[in-house]
Amino acid sequence: MSAFGIAWLHFRLGAMNELQYRANLVIQIFQSLLQLGIGLVMLALVYSHTTELNGWSQPELLAVLGIQILMGGVIRTAIQPNMTRLMEEVQDGKLDHALAKPVDSQVLISVREVRIWQAVNLVTGAVVLGVALVRLGGDLGVLNVLAFAAALAFGTVMIYSFWLVLTTAAFWVVRMDNVLDLFDGVYQTGRWPVGIYPGWLRFGVTFLVPVAFAVTVPAEALTSRLDWQTLLLAAGFAVALFAFTRWFWRVGLRRYSGASA
Amino acid sequence: VSSFSVAQPGRARALFDFYVTGMRTAVQAQLQYRVNNYFWMLGWIAEPVIYLVVWTTIAEQSGGSVDGNTAGYFAAYYIVWTLVRNMNFGLSTYAWEWRIREGILSGQLLRPLHPIHYDLAFFAGWKFVAIALWIPIAIALSLLFEPTLDPSMLEVVVFAVAIWGAYLIRSLNLWALGTVNFWTTRGAALSELYIVVELLLSGRLVPLQLLPGWAQTLAGLLPFKWTFYFPIEALIGDLSQAELAEGLAMQVFWTAFGTALVAVMWRRGIRRYSAVNG
Repeated sequence: MSAFGIAWLHFRLGAMNELQYRANLVIQIFQSLLQLGIGLVMLALVYSHTTELNGWSQPELLAVLGIQILMGGVIRTAIQPNMTRLMEEVQDGKLDHALAKPVDSQVLISVREVRIWQAVNLVTGAVVLGVALVRLGGDLGVLNVLAFAAALAFGTVMIYSFWLVLTTAAFWVVRMDNVLDLFDGVYQTGRWPVGIYPGWLRFGVTFLVPVAFAVTVPAEALTSRLDWQTLLLAAGFAVALFAFTRWFWRVGLRRYSGASA
Repeated sequence: VSSFSVAQPGRARALFDFYVTGMRTAVQAQLQYRVNNYFWMLGWIAEPVIYLVVWTTIAEQSGGSVDGNTAGYFAAYYIVWTLVRNMNFGLSTYAWEWRIREGILSGQLLRPLHPIHYDLAFFAGWKFVAIALWIPIAIALSLLFEPTLDPSMLEVVVFAVAIWGAYLIRSLNLWALGTVNFWTTRGAALSELYIVVELLLSGRLVPLQLLPGWAQTLAGLLPFKWTFYFPIEALIGDLSQAELAEGLAMQVFWTAFGTALVAVMWRRGIRRYSAVNG
């Protein structure tokens, strides 16, 4: 069975499971709207005191907000739930069940959980992004859209790799549930273009936690700010990080000894 | 179960001892999870740093200040913010939901004291660990952002009192909000609404003077600003002695309000409560 086959199967299973709890959709929409509301209020406050922030206009920052919500949706639908489950299983020594299966363990632990209601944020983010693009008015070139799609894909790979590296550390540290809070906090930096942050922080949210690659770089593609060097750097960093993750996962596995092992 | 207020001197002494012990237990417990505590703290430290960077950027762009608030003011505001935030976190309403769902509350009902005392003592103790871990972060932030901070002795004293007032008000409110879980399993939605309103009208998101006038008026009618904005301004702002006294008086008022709210909600909620095994 191919990696995609396994992923698809788990996706269907997870979706069927969550479809039983329809009321959660309403709650999720409510939460999404609250978060969006805060983002919009903050933008309104900022632009009631200035006309541009570090060269970014209000509709441009609206686009950044849209992408941040969109990417947050991807993370919470497909990445974070898997990593949380992995962390718990390492703690309880239950990971053996996954390791005993005759498929690639990294593929399996990355696709087992899906929270479809979180996908509401994909819709919210896309709508905000759409509104922002309409307000920006300029016609979007095919190249811009392609660069945007590529940057978004690289960003997703980087966030996934980052999360898995962090979670793999649980093989050594064991208890690290607050990592979730750490990531959620740092991810909020993505609401603003990375250029406004002082150097040390900019480095941190670019290379340590790749929020800048996941949100700012795609936004730069849509607002004609992206040069090809940055996109190339994103591609290179995504590949390198992914390769490192694969290696680190195997090292971590060798370290793991489960409850029954 | 309903011994919420304690009048007799013997019981007051016992309650005091109880708090000291509860706080010391919390210190011991939290000191074991230093790394986890740091992850958590670094996570929420991002929030004020983001606000700080955004407003500092605007201040520098527009010739040094926003409506008269300088970059140094914003730095002071959000760095003091981190201490106030450390002080005013309490039992989350999610923990409430969990206690009721898992039937943990049943065990707590068997104890002789009103359960809020256990929570107040535990979180009060945790503050000491949180503040110890916070100090290096505060020093680093001060070196990086150069706050303008020049408090008088009186302001320091008022601040030291006001952060505990903020802790009490916020803990009581969140506790009362938590009892909503007696009636519904969807209490989380209500508490998220609470957090958003608090975020906007407490001074947590921005210093209140940057809000439009009507929002400032609204904030004056609600308890939130006394848990963020007032303690911060007491230390970094130019409040007169009358304003400082008025602020502390408002904290006493909202603490009394929160106490009454908790008492009423608890008495009604507990009647509705039936645990999984009870």
